[in-house]
Amino acid sequence: MKLTDLSITEALIGLEAKKFSAAELTDTYIKGVEKSEDAGLNIFITRTPEIARRQAKESDARRAAGKAGALDGIPIAIKDLFCTKGTRTTAGSHILTNFVPTYESTVTQKLFDAGIVMLGKTNQDEFGFGTANVNTAFGPVISPWSGPDPAKAARKLIPGGSSGGSAAAVAGRFAMAATGTDTGGSSRQPAAMTGIVGMKPTYGRCSRWGIIAFASSLDQAGVMTRTVADTALMLKVMAGFDPKDSTSVDKPVPDFLSAVGQSIKGMKIGIPREYSIDGLNPEVNLLWDKGIAMMKSAGAEIIDISLPHTKYALPVYYIIAPAEASSNLARYDGVRYGVRVPGENLSSMYENTRGAGFTKEGRRRILIGTYVLSAGYYDAYYLKAQKVRRLLRNDFDEALKKCDVLLTPTAPSAAFAIGEKQDDPVQMYLEDVFTISLNLVGLPGISVPAGLASNGLPLGLQLIGRAFDETTLFKAASALEKAAGFNHKPPFTA
Amino acid sequence: MSIDAKTVVKIAHLARLKIPEEEQKQVASELSKILDWIEQLNEIDVTGIEPLANVNDENLRRREDIVNDGGKSEDILANAPARTADFFTVPKVVE
Repeated sequence: MKLTDLSITEALIGLEAKKFSAAELTDTYIKGVEKSEDAGLNIFITRTPEIARRQAKESDARRAAGKAGALDGIPIAIKDLFCTKGTRTTAGSHILTNFVPTYESTVTQKLFDAGIVMLGKTNQDEFGFGTANVNTAFGPVISPWSGPDPAKAARKLIPGGSSGGSAAAVAGRFAMAATGTDTGGSSRQPAAMTGIVGMKPTYGRCSRWGIIAFASSLDQAGVMTRTVADTALMLKVMAGFDPKDSTSVDKPVPDFLSAVGQSIKGMKIGIPREYSIDGLNPEVNLLWDKGIAMMKSAGAEIIDISLPHTKYALPVYYIIAPAEASSNLARYDGVRYGVRVPGENLSSMYENTRGAGFTKEGRRRILIGTYVLSAGYYDAYYLKAQKVRRLLRNDFDEALKKCDVLLTPTAPSAAFAIGEKQDDPVQMYLEDVFTISLNLVGLPGISVPAGLASNGLPLGLQLIGRAFDETTLFKAASALEKAAGFNHKPPFTA
Repeated sequence: MSIDAKTVVKIAHLARLKIPEEEQKQVASELSKILDWIEQLNEIDVTGIEPLANVNDENLRRREDIVNDGGKSEDILANAPARTADFFTVPKVVE
């Protein structure tokens, strides 16, 4: 077996048994990263091979001294929304092209403390604004599913977004795992589109400190790996209380891995009928039915449930998320960091800097957010959205009284080509129809690769759990993973 | 159409975001499309519903009002586009 095909779980066994060193594993991955660059996939905004080699060497020394951490020597990719001390962090935005953080995000610090090796910072939709990884100042990411020669394929496919670089890296075997972030589906949807596992934990489970803010009441760190067990291992390290994030929650972090592989006999799994939306791709619907049947034969009890306000989640999101984004992005003014564009006075310097600094979608979201928060519109838009957000939360509270987890599709279709849906923002927003509610209500969700569409592209199913009950979610996800037996690789890999 | 080019200019100024004149009509039409789609929220009666701003049931934590960090002016200034000594510098504000 190739080193790049190993899961984290398998690689840790191999490292401990001295079958290979962290340095060898890392070198193999660095070659893979280079191959992806040569093929034009554009997965990484910044590659960090020197850091990776140094960290791998240090990891081997720690292991030899019997001091290896939980993920020691595992080469991973970091989404460029996580501040990494001394390594450029752009958020996929032109305005931060030259930003080098002087501090480390809590999540990446925890990963480094556990011994991971950083291969580089991955491309993404600017600040998380997108579902196709095309709204980036660094050019779109091409999915390794596009074909054996992806850059020359007739249809270059999107990897999903906004954590598109992270998804493409993990799917193409250019990283063993990756961090993502998830504000409306940004870890789960790209995972579904590239045939990997993607998870958003409960809001408050991981510290947001040092993750460049998009919408603070919705943002969470995400995990992207090739197996459910690997996601459990990663989340265990990334999660935990942090006094530096006032919304991080002080609860013990369970050993998620011990839930993986456990029986789901008697587990109650809810199927929300409102997710059978008009125009749902029949193949996605069929896969959903198959997923239900798999869970049933694994011993789960299937329950029909209702989430009556589902159709309002997207419009609620497109008030709240841009409102919070417009406030958070006010800090990019060309004064303290980022790219400054001169002007004749202070005000025109602000306007020129910000006008040139953001993508079209970034501008759009700032303008929508400013509009819904402006005098005379606040009650009609922002306050109204927060009230409907409460109704959505009540829907989930009721549903999760009757069942332990919910099962839904992750995305309404398989990956599409770069350029499609580009002219119509609302069409692009609909990509998140199944994932977005969870950010509004704070619940955890995980996307598991469950099958291929007739065009050979991966599709995922999403499981939704109760707040801070990721353990049950991992149990259900590993049962689904086992039953689905997804073992497809993209046509282009390391 | 809920937003015209004039409104775009107004909110763009509030956001200190330059939108070139030739793009204003296009931006107005895009924003209108999004806001028209959002209008479907008018179907719901939210009388008496408490707005939800924070999904965690616990109230936000407080901490002791004590200094626990500091002495980082070099770190803070490290990414400044322009600086003089320990200050950020900007175009002249007062003549």
